Amino acid sequence: MDLSYGETAETFRKEVRGFLGREWQPAGRRGAELKEFVRAFRRLAVEQGYLYRSVPRIYGGSEQPVDVIRAQVIREEFGRARAPMEVGGNGVNMTVPTLLERGTEEQRELFIRKTIEGDYIWGQGYSEPGSGSDLASVRTRAELSPDGSRWIINGQKIWTSMGMQATHMFMLVRTEPDAPKHEGITYLLLDLDQSGITRRPIRQMTGEEGAHTFCEFYFDNAETPVGWQVGERGQGWFVSRTTLKHERASIGSADGLGRQFGKLVDLARETGRLADPVVRDRLAQIEGRVLSHRYSSFRLFSCAAAGDDAGPIQLMMKLLLTEIGHDIALLAQDLIGDAAMTEPRGAGTGAGRGPNKWLDQIMGSLGNSIAGGASNIQRNIIGERGLGLPRDLAMAGER
Amino acid sequence: MRFHLTSEQIAIQDAVRGTLRECWGMEQLHALAESDADFDPACWAALMALGVGGLALPEADGGAGLGLLEAALVCEIAGEAAAPGPLIGQILAAIAVSASGNAQTRALLPAIAAGERIVALALDHDLVPCARAADLFLTDDDAGGLRLVEAGEGVGIEPQRSTDRSRPVSRVQFRTAGAHPLFAAGDPMVQRLRDAALVLIAADALGGAQHCTDLSVDYAKTREQFGQPIGRFQGLKHQLAHMTLDVEPARALLWYAAYAWDAGLPDASHAAAVAKAHLCDVYTRSARAAVAAHGGIGYTWEYGLNYWFRRALHDGAWLGSPPLHRARAAELAGW
Repeated sequence: MDLSYGETAETFRKEVRGFLGREWQPAGRRGAELKEFVRAFRRLAVEQGYLYRSVPRIYGGSEQPVDVIRAQVIREEFGRARAPMEVGGNGVNMTVPTLLERGTEEQRELFIRKTIEGDYIWGQGYSEPGSGSDLASVRTRAELSPDGSRWIINGQKIWTSMGMQATHMFMLVRTEPDAPKHEGITYLLLDLDQSGITRRPIRQMTGEEGAHTFCEFYFDNAETPVGWQVGERGQGWFVSRTTLKHERASIGSADGLGRQFGKLVDLARETGRLADPVVRDRLAQIEGRVLSHRYSSFRLFSCAAAGDDAGPIQLMMKLLLTEIGHDIALLAQDLIGDAAMTEPRGAGTGAGRGPNKWLDQIMGSLGNSIAGGASNIQRNIIGERGLGLPRDLAMAGER
Repeated sequence: MRFHLTSEQIAIQDAVRGTLRECWGMEQLHALAESDADFDPACWAALMALGVGGLALPEADGGAGLGLLEAALVCEIAGEAAAPGPLIGQILAAIAVSASGNAQTRALLPAIAAGERIVALALDHDLVPCARAADLFLTDDDAGGLRLVEAGEGVGIEPQRSTDRSRPVSRVQFRTAGAHPLFAAGDPMVQRLRDAALVLIAADALGGAQHCTDLSVDYAKTREQFGQPIGRFQGLKHQLAHMTLDVEPARALLWYAAYAWDAGLPDASHAAAVAKAHLCDVYTRSARAAVAAHGGIGYTWEYGLNYWFRRALHDGAWLGSPPLHRARAAELAGW
């Protein structure tokens, strides 16, 4: 075992640091000026080969060979300098890899550059009120226009994060109602700026509403060109599966969890409870899990760098993170005491926030059990793909 | 950057596993449990023939030049098989003697590394696994230093009805026995060896927990009820997923503790304490969950799951319970 990145990586780190020292000078810039500066900075970083490394140059990426150690050094140094990385979101994480793998040349040219520069924001159109874990049962339907040039879409989608800001959507629609459920779905791209679409934010249990919550969408004869269909008609389910494979080896989530745990220890200290043996024991129990997660992410990272298969551990990281979040929430709730009785002001409002700001984490930890694959579905995946247990008969046809 | 096992490290585990499969099965476990012995000479000889006693010694001392990590990987497989013998004491004694500056003590090294002189670990408790088989005891002195005590008339040994039937304990009293000095109280090696002991116990716990999970998963795939393998039912499937979610991430926690010890990192003591506490809890949970996952057959003596359950009880208490090491970890973290 060796946790150093090696000499080549450290030389590269100096290069990245030098670049950031020269080019990332945001001080004194505000509003539109800052926005333009960030955009120009990202372009420079792409030229250097630091951002959008898996995206070809012709679409605006930096087209670098796969190198998870370099990618990690870049993340660490940008993080240290608080410099902006890729724009992130569904577009960069899902639309772009899907188009690179399954899209047409026309689709790549139309969408990739605009997406990685942040002009196009993508909402995910997967879940429906009747299709949650059983996603392949989607009922939103699309039919070809009489001249065969457009898909006409009718139905409803739900739980779309960033839905109020989204300019576009990638979605699963039923186009072959008589085919077996996995084979009757088509993957479409859609411009959300049209009259046949109504969207509305859904208020969350945190009380949050408006721009930052998830949304529902109603489609009433919404249209999209047939050229915006990704993959073959009826093959949408399999197109959506390729998208989900694009997970990246990174130590980022472990760093985030470590910071959160550090704040929990600080909370115990600030509330005068750190000397309490019960609190110390609970903290140390959680630390055992936090460190297990951290070192497992090192393990995954190391396997990715060596091109080795990490095995079932990669199926566990999401559920593990979720469960540790619950442990942290429960101890935080005990530590904040009376502060649990009043809601905090929203983050970033500038208003003073006391220990009750932990309510954000306490409620947010529940969201992690649902978003991106509910915990019971994660347990099915671990049991079936990780342990090789037989599939549930009702789900035997799923993939 | 490397934080997963190399093919050489996997080969070490495969070799130990293969050897134990040949000499240590359920038949031998039952036989040891029903006998009044605390040791199995044939299994010990087979393990020692692999060179595991000197695995963590420098090549100059006739060892394999590997580290505590490899020693932990071996102890993990011993835990998986519920192997008999004072393997942890032997490996620690070899490391201790090799690091000792005392020429007379160092003269013991070849026989210890080869497993010809058997060393039992007698730290912190007067209950010592495999004491009757031992030629030497790795123990502390009144001041808190470490020494090797010769078995013989000066050592009182009283066999106990032991929870862990794979490594039965005796109550041991050191009276006027001859001792080989190792490290005086305050020598940094004392704490280092204590940390190494915690890591090796955690490794045994990891192997045991993994075995409990594997047995349960295999059973769920073959046992049928309602005309289908019970592992198809979501209730049991989720219990099994929960077991592996407990065990598999903890593997890297153990690796880190062993790596931190080998590399002499400043957080090595903390990592050892966290690993001992966490892995022993995981083992207990896994052994309990395994009995539940099996149903009636798991509760029988004959099936043998109880040997791992019992070993989990021993590992948990050995050199201090999980809460004790969590309290130490909290202290070491500066909380």
